[in-house]
Amino acid sequence: MKKLFKEFLKGIFRENPTFALALGLCPTLAVSTSIVNGFGMGVAATFVILGSNIIVSAIRNFIPSKIRIPCFIVIIATFVTIVELVMKAYFPLLSKALGIFVPLIVVNCIVMARAEAFASKHTVVKSIFDGLGMGAGFTLALVLISGIREAFGNGTLLGLVIVRNFEPALLFILAPGALLVIGILIGIVNLLSQRR
Amino acid sequence: MNNLTVSPAPHIKSGLTTQRIMWIVILALLPAGLAGVYIFGIRSLKVIFISIISCILSEAIFLKFRQRDTRIILDGSAILTGLILAYNLPPEVPFWIPVVGGAVSIIIGKQLFGGLGHNIFNPALVGRAFLQISWPVYMTTWKNPRWVLDAVSSATPLAKEKAVNFSYMDLFLGNHGGCIGEVCILMLLIGALILIFTNIISFHIPASFIGTVVVLTWIFGGDGFFKGDFVFHLLAGGLVLGAFFMATDYVTCPLTNKGKLIFGIGCGILTSLIRLKGSYPEGVSYAILFMNAMVPLIDRYTKTRIYGISKT
Repeated sequence: MKKLFKEFLKGIFRENPTFALALGLCPTLAVSTSIVNGFGMGVAATFVILGSNIIVSAIRNFIPSKIRIPCFIVIIATFVTIVELVMKAYFPLLSKALGIFVPLIVVNCIVMARAEAFASKHTVVKSIFDGLGMGAGFTLALVLISGIREAFGNGTLLGLVIVRNFEPALLFILAPGALLVIGILIGIVNLLSQRR
Repeated sequence: MNNLTVSPAPHIKSGLTTQRIMWIVILALLPAGLAGVYIFGIRSLKVIFISIISCILSEAIFLKFRQRDTRIILDGSAILTGLILAYNLPPEVPFWIPVVGGAVSIIIGKQLFGGLGHNIFNPALVGRAFLQISWPVYMTTWKNPRWVLDAVSSATPLAKEKAVNFSYMDLFLGNHGGCIGEVCILMLLIGALILIFTNIISFHIPASFIGTVVVLTWIFGGDGFFKGDFVFHLLAGGLVLGAFFMATDYVTCPLTNKGKLIFGIGCGILTSLIRLKGSYPEGVSYAILFMNAMVPLIDRYTKTRIYGISKT
């Protein structure tokens, strides 16, 4: 049990997909303009990672290694389609805000990397914890980044005004702000892990 | 002294320290600032001081945080960054703009890269680009010279080029709206002469930068080929300030003379492109920032032969 918990935790800290592995930066840059968007994206990606990890690890012994990537893609695409349709049905606003980046989870490197590097080599139970951890790490990173960007770029947190008469810095909502925030956060994470 | 060039090793040591260079550049920038204050009023002096103080404080705080010797804030580089940043601001900006700009210049533009000598981009221009993107309204609200009656809102000559004609003399002396330090070409040229005659900067970057802009705006700036008003493009906007004082920053320009020519031409092409075809009226600062990013490539391309080793 302790081992499984370790698999979960590594996704949040030591192998955090955004800050440590720098994977899946494209959706991270694009959708982290507000906490709601970031969290929505994180949850959607978590579901896909979890689903694909379970299926891939369950059938890992039947997949011929030469065509494993197409197999992974088919599995991942299935879960992405589920997410996309559910989101369209129940969260139409979120679906509109995330736009093309929901179907693009299919080619998200985090999902792919977990299928290739972990799920295809480990048992189902381990893969579940790995998927949950990676998803949680990705969601946390997205919420952190989008929180900073929303606070500075729009003057709000979760849509609520935090400081009155604050003149938001548009840069944080635009693409350069995303790169800036991610870069500085990765720097801080490296600094902290060095000191430890 | 005339043969003094900044180049790769071997080096001869001279008494010219970083600190002295910084102070000479600051001195050379003063005339243009005085002209700006004279043209736009005492408020621009406050903007300049706030910007410098913000830069010094940010540098001190960050050096303390990095556990470095805080005495190096007085080497003049933070003051120079603050001065150049303020010269790139409109005179009517709210006072918090230079505060934020100075902090961004020093912390993001310089210290996060490792301090003086390690920054990829010109710190003052990083601050300016940050402000320009974040608060475009404040950064493009210009003020006419204080003797013009409709004092507050106006545009720079580059922005309203087609509507109003400025005489070349007005442009040369700074009798028009613009950033604090860029309007008075006469005073900028005096400063530039100081820099060139004291061998602080070589003529390569400014000459190739301005030359390229002149040629390109002459060819493509008008209704037909070779009909562009290149004198206007030379005098309007921040070209002179940028070419002499910002593109020539030691840290962020190439080492060799050949590299400097490439750098200047690149800046010139990008400036002309943004001015003539882009959605911004002025492109000097973005052009310099872009070419800053190219400097490592230029340096690698123009690497000189190691002394004493044959060319194979």
